[in-house]
Amino acid sequence: MTIAPARPAAPAQETTSGPFGASIPRREDLRLAAGDGRYLDDIGHQALAAAFLRSPHAHARVRDIDVSGALEVDGLVAVYTYEDLDGRVAEPLPLLIPHPSLHAPRTAYPLANGIVRHVGEPVVMVVARDRYLAEDAVDRVIVDWEPLPAVVGLPAAFEARHAVHADVPDNVAAHMVQTVGDAPAAIGAAPYTMDLTLEIERSASMPLEGKGVLARWDADDRSLRVYSSTQTSTSVRFALAAKLDLPVDRVEVVTPDVGGGFGVKIVHPWPEEVLVAWAALRLGREVKWVEDRREHFISSAHERGQLHTVKVGFDADGHILGLDVRFLHDNGAYIPYGIIVPIISSTQLLGPYKLGAYRVEFHSMYTNTVIVTPYRGAGRPHGVFVMERVMDALADRLGLDRAEVRRRNMIGPDEMPYDQGMIFQDGRPLIYDTGDFPETLRRALAMVDWSGFQAVRDAARAEGRRVGIGVAAYVEGTGVGPYEGAHVRVDTTGDVVVATGLTTQGQGHETAFAQIAAQELGVPVERVKVTTGDTRRFKYGVGTFASRAAVMSGNAVAAAAGKVRAKALRIAAQALGADLTELVLSDGEIAVRGFGPDGPRIALATVAVLANPLRYAFDEEAKRATQFAGPPSDGPPVPEGEEPGLEATGWYSPIRTTFANGAHAVIVETDPETAEIRILRYCVVHDCGRMINPMIVEGQVHGGVAQGVGGALYERMVYDPDGQLLNASFMDFLMPYASEVPHIEIDHLASPSPLNPLGVKGIGEAGLIPGHAVIASAVEDAEGFRIDRMPISPSELFDLRRRHAAGEVPPLHRSSKEGREDIG
Amino acid sequence: MAEATHPVELTVNGIPHTLAVPARRLLADSLRHDLGLTGTHLGCEHGVCGACTVLLDGEPVRSCLLFTVTVDGQEVTTMEGCRAADGGLGPVQRAFRECHGLQCGFCTPGFVTTVTAYLRDNPDPTAEEAREAIGGNLCRCTGYQNIVASVQRAAEILRAEARRAPRGDDRARDERGGAEAKPAPRAEAS
Repeated sequence: MTIAPARPAAPAQETTSGPFGASIPRREDLRLAAGDGRYLDDIGHQALAAAFLRSPHAHARVRDIDVSGALEVDGLVAVYTYEDLDGRVAEPLPLLIPHPSLHAPRTAYPLANGIVRHVGEPVVMVVARDRYLAEDAVDRVIVDWEPLPAVVGLPAAFEARHAVHADVPDNVAAHMVQTVGDAPAAIGAAPYTMDLTLEIERSASMPLEGKGVLARWDADDRSLRVYSSTQTSTSVRFALAAKLDLPVDRVEVVTPDVGGGFGVKIVHPWPEEVLVAWAALRLGREVKWVEDRREHFISSAHERGQLHTVKVGFDADGHILGLDVRFLHDNGAYIPYGIIVPIISSTQLLGPYKLGAYRVEFHSMYTNTVIVTPYRGAGRPHGVFVMERVMDALADRLGLDRAEVRRRNMIGPDEMPYDQGMIFQDGRPLIYDTGDFPETLRRALAMVDWSGFQAVRDAARAEGRRVGIGVAAYVEGTGVGPYEGAHVRVDTTGDVVVATGLTTQGQGHETAFAQIAAQELGVPVERVKVTTGDTRRFKYGVGTFASRAAVMSGNAVAAAAGKVRAKALRIAAQALGADLTELVLSDGEIAVRGFGPDGPRIALATVAVLANPLRYAFDEEAKRATQFAGPPSDGPPVPEGEEPGLEATGWYSPIRTTFANGAHAVIVETDPETAEIRILRYCVVHDCGRMINPMIVEGQVHGGVAQGVGGALYERMVYDPDGQLLNASFMDFLMPYASEVPHIEIDHLASPSPLNPLGVKGIGEAGLIPGHAVIASAVEDAEGFRIDRMPISPSELFDLRRRHAAGEVPPLHRSSKEGREDIG
Repeated sequence: MAEATHPVELTVNGIPHTLAVPARRLLADSLRHDLGLTGTHLGCEHGVCGACTVLLDGEPVRSCLLFTVTVDGQEVTTMEGCRAADGGLGPVQRAFRECHGLQCGFCTPGFVTTVTAYLRDNPDPTAEEAREAIGGNLCRCTGYQNIVASVQRAAEILRAEARRAPRGDDRARDERGGAEAKPAPRAEAS
């Protein structure tokens, strides 16, 4: 495999017509909106069902497992404990992203090996005729537990009176420091300093479809096919081949339609992926496991739990001279995904700002809770929360307008590309490529009418209502490497068939990638068929995460389609006896320029026929490519340097990440009595470079904002001190319904990225990133005291009000003055 | 010991079926796995998310909270029954596509069935009413804004169809009945 280096080429030609950039309806909806999708549990109806006995304890030793009761269940096929696992299946699951700062990595066994470290950890696997019977059998397994002390919450983990892993007595999995300049010295010399403690609690991706795996072992063919609701089929394939000691060519992994991912499904191989495939192989039967909602809560992954202490030094104009951030990151019981989340927090915290000096230090801590891996935003919401809280706090301290303080600290468009002097999550320098951050902010302020808000506030106050306004800005690294590829083929029907390795969980890839291929090949979008996440069709790829699909696979599709286009023109030139430069490709055919509608032309379908010289015709059209069909030729039927077929593979591998940016502004109202928080306006300005399909872009923003609102006001994982997750259901974990999500107003900027030929940047996570920050900013403004912990519920706000009234929570400086200097 | 089964007769999307199911089998599982109608999805299995919503004698119910044996003799309409007579997208489904009211599509069947029943009684909802109408269904992808738009667009499509029908409502009802009478391809296969 050769990978072309990313060429910092001029962005592809800006088109006013053509499918690229058009808000066309999604191709996949013809299937999905008809109820004709194929999600994991929609296939394999005849498969045996797996169910798991999961630990009811956060930390315990397994003294004994008695499976004899389960054996009486009619329809039982197999019961497995750790003792039954063999080969590499009995080893711990892989550490996916090793890092030099991750000095004590620990990963789980597929089934607990003697000790469980969180409620929900799988201990026994049962396989039966159907899921009902499998769960009957699970209920009859008796485990003799010896409970051990549980470590729950960051303070307890850091205090380390008890250890999650006996050989990691301080509970510290990783410790990392990054510095730019000498922040402590800069803070020491600054005219003003301030300390803040800022906290974000756990939430989770919580896709409507949980995880699921279906495995078929074909003993005669000695091959394994696995369907998984995953964000990376290519990596699952390699991981399963390694675990099961199979030649990788005997393993195929197919991602069917996936009911949402948001990060949780990028983790792999999950214990269940390994065990279901292993059991299918062992039993010679098709085996399926579909996660139920409680399982998803207690055995998939969470995110967000971080506790930050911040010291900032600034001058009288509000310029940040030095920022020192120390934080604890709760990684849960194991750390299979490494320290990507805290690394992103540390680096993306800087946002659109240039600081005099920056120091960030984090400890990633083990606790006896569910593992923590990226959830949409992946560390950015926490980082942005910290930085934006700092901006609001120092503006308040100095009596300056909050937006003006942000503007003063922002990197200007003339300073691009801007090197933040740090190392990002891809191991590459944190260099912003393009963007006009002050303009993004200006537009958000204009949309929300920032300067006119004082009148709104006064009017509300006169009616006895409390309203507040907030703003937050962010920068998001999107489209991380290492690479993606795509294969594009023109069929002899003229249809264009595209395959790429990464998977789809609702982002509209079938449409967006079709638009890219259609644009490049001059065919209608309806003629392009796209397959994602099927290793039978494309073996190499990385996965769908980090807002990377449009950037990575989008550019790979463009590269492959470009090769196909060039090849089609070469063949057409020969067939038409024309010069390459005279040819025009549009509407599915190649014509010679300047001849009008009756001039020489050849359909792309015919070119596809001619591209594959045949001995044997298989239909009428194919006859044209047989050996006696054309004029005699001296050269080889497949010219040197060419390959048969009108198809090509293209790759895209960026030198580094491209950076999108945005600003959100909101107005909230808080009920003076009940402390209910209502969002009156939610304004979004974002810049993701050139847009492939603006309708899909806006849909991504909407969904992100909804999850941001959920994270800021409703969603939290509530653990008791014993490590029991108290709200492991949709009844108790409050995801927003339609009534909780405000109408979202959107404005677009488009600063093309010079790092990729299409000039695109990612949009998947953007809508969520500043959610905690902007809502905290607005609630604080409405209430007149600082908000330093999210999410915030009405009861917490009510409690803060009481403490504020009692003098325990100090007022904002601006609240203690007549008039509000903040609003300018 | 083998589990006892009970005979159940039910009509699904206009097609009568006789099933023999254990007493504890959920309607959602019968639809999905016994009848192969996988358009109904399970998101929580405790009646909160609404993805499994089907119409039981025309009214929205959560098929994850019903035992199949309790709907003996009743009529069920699923996502497949909301398709057009030719098997393509039905009016509500078309509106969801036009307005980008779905992303991953997993929650969509519950919305489409709910909205189908709602618009039958409320043919011209305001945006606020449309938002209220979908207030019992969870979606993790769209932020609901385009679903609200889809409800209003669906109402528009249905009203236009009713206008085109010479005998007004009667004809429209006939057309919907026609759609139900035509089995979904997967139902035939099961």
